[in-house]
Amino acid sequence: MIDLHDVRKVFPARGRSGEVVAVDGVSLRVAAGEFAGVVGPSGSGKSTLVRLVNLLERPTSGSVTVDGRVLTELPDDEVRQARRSIGMVFQHFELLDSRTAAGNVEHPLELAGVGRAERRRRATELLDLVGLGERADAHPGQLSGGQKQRVAIARALAGRPKVLLCDEATSALDQASTTGVLELLRRVRAELGLTVLLITHEMAVVKAVCDSAVLLERGRVVDSGRLSEVLTREHSPLADALLPAPLTDADAGHGGVLLRVTVTDRTPETVVLQTLIGQLGLAVEVAGGSVETVAGGRYGRLLLRATGDLSRLDGALRGLRDDGVLIEPIPRDSGAVATAGADR
Amino acid sequence: MSDWARVWPQLLEATWETLYMVGVSALLTVLLGIPLGILLTVTAPGALAPRPLLYRLLGLVVNLGRSLPFIILLVLVAPVTRGVVGTTIGSTAAIVPLTIGAVPFLARLVETSLREVASGKVEAALSMGARRRDVVRTVLLPEARPSLIAGTTVTVVALISYSAMAGAVGGGGLGDFAIRFGYQQFRTDITLLTVVLLLLIVQVLQWAGDHWARRLAHA
Repeated sequence: MIDLHDVRKVFPARGRSGEVVAVDGVSLRVAAGEFAGVVGPSGSGKSTLVRLVNLLERPTSGSVTVDGRVLTELPDDEVRQARRSIGMVFQHFELLDSRTAAGNVEHPLELAGVGRAERRRRATELLDLVGLGERADAHPGQLSGGQKQRVAIARALAGRPKVLLCDEATSALDQASTTGVLELLRRVRAELGLTVLLITHEMAVVKAVCDSAVLLERGRVVDSGRLSEVLTREHSPLADALLPAPLTDADAGHGGVLLRVTVTDRTPETVVLQTLIGQLGLAVEVAGGSVETVAGGRYGRLLLRATGDLSRLDGALRGLRDDGVLIEPIPRDSGAVATAGADR
Repeated sequence: MSDWARVWPQLLEATWETLYMVGVSALLTVLLGIPLGILLTVTAPGALAPRPLLYRLLGLVVNLGRSLPFIILLVLVAPVTRGVVGTTIGSTAAIVPLTIGAVPFLARLVETSLREVASGKVEAALSMGARRRDVVRTVLLPEARPSLIAGTTVTVVALISYSAMAGAVGGGGLGDFAIRFGYQQFRTDITLLTVVLLLLIVQVLQWAGDHWARRLAHA
C-alpha cells in the first residue's frame, strides 16, 4: 500500500548551518491493512519520512508509491487529489480554532467540494465513530487533548482514506488519553481496513498497536520487521529498543554465571528454568529483565544468574540452543551486559 | 457666550467631515491593505508561494509608505490626489493621502497576524489536498480573524489622528476645527471640546473592535 524506494531528502544549506540529510536512502514497504511503526530518537528523520509519504516534503531522489500510484511522478494537482485518500494526524492536532469540532471534520470535505448536507451527515457519523457525537458544536478550546486528537482523527478519516499517517499522534497526550487514542486507532484500522503508518519515539506505543516496525537512525533504516519476528531475534537493534536488555553490573561480586535469555512464545523461560534447576540442580535468580505481551505474543529479555555446580552447564546450554531456545552466557570480563543495554 | 450658536453648526460639520474622511478611507484601506498583507505573507521566503523578489519589492514599498511622516506624504501625493479627485482641497481630496498612508500600515499588521497562524494548521490543510488559495481562504484568514479585527481597529484609530493633519491642507474635519477656533482664536475650551469628541470616537471604535474580536476568538 505504501512503498518508498531509496528515498533521500536533503535540506539545502541555510545561513550558517550546512545542508542536512534528513532521510538517507530509505526503502520501506507497508502492506495493505498493516499497522506499521517508525521509531527512532529525535532528529533521526522520522517526521520528515512521514511527510515524504504524502509529499508534504518532496524527496530529493527516490520514488514514493501509495496505493499503486507513483506520487513522485504526478503533477501537483494530482498529488493534491491523491492526498485526499491519505489521512494525516499530527502531534499538536492542528485543529482550526475558528471552527467547531464538526466544522473541522467538514473542512476536508469542503475542500473536496462535497455539498453541505452530505458534509453535515458525514461529520455527525465520524464524530459518533470517534465517540464525540455530543461535542459536535464544541470549539477546540473547549476540548481536552485526547478529545482534540479524536476530532483530528475523525477529520483525517473524512475523505475515506485508505492510508492513515500518524505523526507522534500521542506524544502530546497523557497516559490515559494515549491509551484511548491508540485503542481508537486500532479500532478504526480494523473497522475501515486502513493501512496505518505511525511515527513515534515512544516504544510503548509501538508495542501497543503495531504489527511491524522500522528503526530509523540518522536518516537510515537500522532494523525492521514484523514485531513477532523481530522480538525472537537475539541480536536486533529494534528488539533492543523495544525490550531493553536488562542493565546489571556483571562483576558485582556475585559468583556464578550470567545468562541472557530471549523469551518468546515458542521458547518460554519455563523451559530454561526446568533445565537449569530441574536437571542441573543449579540455584537461579533473576538478575534483571522483563517479559511483556506484544502483538498478541509473550516476549522478553531476561538476565539469569546461575550458581552451583557449573560443570554440566555448557552442554546443557548447547542442548537448549539446539532446541531453539535463545540463551547465551555473558562473559564476565566483557561488560557486554552494560553495553548491550546502554547502546540504545 | 453668544458665539456658541455660531460654533455648534461648524463643530457638527467638522465632526461629519472627520467621520466621512475616516470612514471612506478606512473602507478603502481594508479593501487594499488586506490583500496586500496576504500577498506579503504568501510571497515571503519559505511561505506558501515564495517569490523572494516580489516580496522584497513589496516590502520596500510598504516600508517607504510607513516611514514617511504623514504630513510629508500629504504634500507628496498631491499630484495623485489631483489626478484622482480633481482637486487637492476638501475632505474628499484628503481621502487619497489618508488611504495611501494607512494601506502599508494595515498591510504590515495583516502580515503579522497571518504569520502567527501556526504553520502546522497550514500543513494539515495541505495534507487534506487544499490548494494555496484554499489555505488562505479557509485557514489563514479565519484563524487570524480576531487579530485582523484588532489590527484594523488600530489602523482606523491611526486614520483619525492622520485626518486631523489633513485639515492642514484644507481637508476640514475636527483637527482643522480645533486649529481654527481653538488655537488661532485662543479658545482653549473649544480645543478641549474637540479633544473630548475625538477621544469619544476613538473609544467607541476601540470598544467595538475589541468586542467583535473577542466574540470571534474561541481559543
